[in-house]
Amino acid sequence: MNKSPELTAPSPEGLRSAESSAVSVGRGRIGRILSRYGRQLGTVTGLLLLCGALTALTPYFLTISNLLNVVQQTAINAIIAAGMTFVIITAGIDLSVGSIVAFAGVVLGSALAGGHSAFFSVMAGLVVGLLCGAANGVLIAFGELPPFIVTLGTMSVARGAALVYTHGRPISGFSAGFRFLATGHVWRIPMPVLIMLAVYGVGHFLLSRTKLGRYTYAIGGNEQATRLSGVNVRLYKTLVYGISGLLSGLAAVILTARLDSAQPIAGIMYELDAIAATVIGGTSLMGGEGKMFGTLVGALIMGVLRDGLNLLNVSSYIQQIVIGSVIIIAVFLDITLKKTKT
Amino acid sequence: MRAPNPKIRLPLGSPILELRQLGKSFPGVKVLDGVDFELRRGEVHVLLGENGAGKSTLAKILSGACQKDSGEILLDGQPAEIRNPRHAWALGIGMIYQELNLAPNLTVAENIFLGREHTLVPGVISDRQMRTQAREILDGLRVPLDVRARLGTLGIAQQQMVEIAKALSLHARILIMDEPTSALTGQEIRELFATMRGLKERGVAIIYISHRLEELAEIGDRVTVLRDGHSVATRAVGEVEVSELIRLMVNRELQEQYPRRRTARGAELLRVEHLTQNGRLRDISFVLHRGEVLGLAGLLGSGRSRLARALFGAEPIDSGAIFLEGRPCRIDSPGQAIKLGIGFLAEDRRTDGLVLMLSLRENTSLPSLARFCRWGVVGRARERCASEQYRRQLRIRSQGIEQSVNLLSGGNQQKVVLSKWLCAQARLFIFDEPTRGIDVGAKVEIYEWMNQLTAAGSAILMISSDMPEILGMSDRVLTLCRGAITAELDAEEASQEAIMRGALGVGASPASFSAASPSVAGEKVRPDPDAPDRFNRAQHEQVP
Ligand SMILES: Nc1ncnc2c1ncn2[C@@H]1O[C@H](COP(=O)(O)OP(=O)(O)OP(=O)(O)O)[C@@H](O)[C@H]1O
Ligand SMILES: [Mg+2]
Repeated sequence: MNKSPELTAPSPEGLRSAESSAVSVGRGRIGRILSRYGRQLGTVTGLLLLCGALTALTPYFLTISNLLNVVQQTAINAIIAAGMTFVIITAGIDLSVGSIVAFAGVVLGSALAGGHSAFFSVMAGLVVGLLCGAANGVLIAFGELPPFIVTLGTMSVARGAALVYTHGRPISGFSAGFRFLATGHVWRIPMPVLIMLAVYGVGHFLLSRTKLGRYTYAIGGNEQATRLSGVNVRLYKTLVYGISGLLSGLAAVILTARLDSAQPIAGIMYELDAIAATVIGGTSLMGGEGKMFGTLVGALIMGVLRDGLNLLNVSSYIQQIVIGSVIIIAVFLDITLKKTKT
Repeated sequence: MRAPNPKIRLPLGSPILELRQLGKSFPGVKVLDGVDFELRRGEVHVLLGENGAGKSTLAKILSGACQKDSGEILLDGQPAEIRNPRHAWALGIGMIYQELNLAPNLTVAENIFLGREHTLVPGVISDRQMRTQAREILDGLRVPLDVRARLGTLGIAQQQMVEIAKALSLHARILIMDEPTSALTGQEIRELFATMRGLKERGVAIIYISHRLEELAEIGDRVTVLRDGHSVATRAVGEVEVSELIRLMVNRELQEQYPRRRTARGAELLRVEHLTQNGRLRDISFVLHRGEVLGLAGLLGSGRSRLARALFGAEPIDSGAIFLEGRPCRIDSPGQAIKLGIGFLAEDRRTDGLVLMLSLRENTSLPSLARFCRWGVVGRARERCASEQYRRQLRIRSQGIEQSVNLLSGGNQQKVVLSKWLCAQARLFIFDEPTRGIDVGAKVEIYEWMNQLTAAGSAILMISSDMPEILGMSDRVLTLCRGAITAELDAEEASQEAIMRGALGVGASPASFSAASPSVAGEKVRPDPDAPDRFNRAQHEQVP
């Protein structure tokens, strides 16, 4: 580090620029942009490198149909991960998302099977998701229980509820109108992708422009200082878990429509993918930082990775090993890069 | 100002540490720009400078926490590289950081020896030995702390003493102390100074950073002033006037250190009646009028902060009533308090005041965000504008309002906390150590703010451990002892002796409280039979 051992007198320019009390130097602007979006740029670079590697390895990767397929496969995880991002920014965690997908799905499925309208059934699914999430939130915020434990508990409860509700059997065969939500296209874009983009648009707006978003960051950054600033921390925590539940419900709608079947064993291990997408996207598990866009890219990385491994005929057993390792490596890189920066 | 102590001057030895043209930049800002500095064996070398002048950065370079960009460090005349904190320990450099660096979930003893645990067999920690040694060090500092207490349960001043004990346990040749006294009251400061004198006699060289200029005469041998990253002067403490030091620091004349302009006492704003909390706050009654600054003095653990938090709804109360403008109010949460127009600047800025990873702007608007919002959407232009305004008015040294506050210097962080509550436009301000870590020049600016606020009809309840501040700025002083109010003094009656008497809750003779009399200071620490649990009480001052 010792670059210039010789003594140099401070130049008068140096003196003057340091005199002005707002000590900012020209490259501050770029530096600031880099420091604000640097982490997201890193994730995007990761995604591009991955795509480049797969293009080199297999001719089937870089085709319109495959790419559309990837995005469509990603949509469900991406939607859940959007809610997970809110939760993780508050320094929490939601392990119950997969089970909520199953429970909301079977409620939705049985409503459809019972002859209710698609609209009503979808609403029922969303409300179930929202209520499960809000229940998590109330237990965490008002009961002051650790999020890990609460959502681990609801993970089991919601799964059990889904199984009890259907006696363990799937519900299948829905109307084409309902199935449009997963199989339809608008302007040649698959519906799930459109829904995903809408979720990310709204999510980004909420996080970056609204009171809710600001408080989400503040709670994750320093809950006590936030409370002492007069913020109703309990209310906002409940809302955040509610959002996560609601988006799990939305994922359940798309999944049910795509499979044309509501299954009580759906969504197993979804929490892994959602947490991975969020963390790869640069949201810190310590809370207080994270961006919607980062999570979207993180989800795409997960989707591309799975797709690539399939195209390369890697067995599903080995895929699990690869994906787990990628998560650990991504977080490792993130943390070491952060350390060297400061 | 305290009377200077008859100083035992050791023959000042050869330089132990020398810095030549030290330079350091962070992205976008040059913090140190050619600093020359010399430290001699057995001296206390005071480092002065405005907030953001680069004092902590200099200290961190010496302790290995960050690396210099240019210049030379000479240890015992030999060029040296300080690679990391561990390396600094090995070179005999110990450091007390400005911001506490302790693990709240570990015990006092574990914190003192963190990273250097005594082991019987490799990997197996000898708790008993560690505890004995920790107790020895703390006894040396006359701090009656339970070495098995978890750090998180202690008040900030006690945590500070643990940090000091940790640095002492290193047996360093060079000890750097970055604002060690900013959270301490007279009592602990005297003990700390006594310890420092002992270290000096053993030839330890101490770099001492502080904004409390009255400490200079008492403990310092030489003083170096930093301004805008340069070392502008080094003087012997005996040969320099405080006013000259201030001029060197802030580069202009300061008229008055405590420019309180009293305003006519207005209508009653706050009345507290028989406020009681489970034996910790006992039957507290007082009134506060518009236009008034009411000082609240007391020892550590006397319940000052607890009272403040209770008024702000951050602590439950068991009985008693609070009236705002004559109307009884229930204040159950900080949110309610803010709606009623109360602002609370908490004592510990890092745990209670700031969300460190958020920006200046986001911190400033946090308590008043609703005001900037329409339909829950933040009006960013107005928010930015308000935050810019306070940054300018409080002269916060940062790279704009988007810089995250953890990159600001300690004093500038404190200013951000202040701007939060100014932005919230309260009518009743509760300030718990408002000028902690703030330089002399900026202090005067904050006092001017207090003048403006009271002139506009607000009232201020000010807790402070800084005696000159209490004396200089309050219109009335309440003293608190063991959770009860022991005296109410108006500006004329208030004197250091009267306040200390009240704070101790006894009619002790005034002579025993003169600032620099270590022999008497010693007696006072001995657990007083009336207050066997004084220091345990202090543990409860921090919220759980
Ligand atoms: N990591 C960093 N990145 C950018 N700027 C920094 C960083 N660390 C410190 N600074 C800036 O360097 C300047 C000097 O900071 P420093 O902490 O050394 O001041 P100080 O003299 O200790 O002030 P105080 O009396 O307030 O404690 C400040 O303006 C601060 O904002
Ligand atoms: Mg500092």
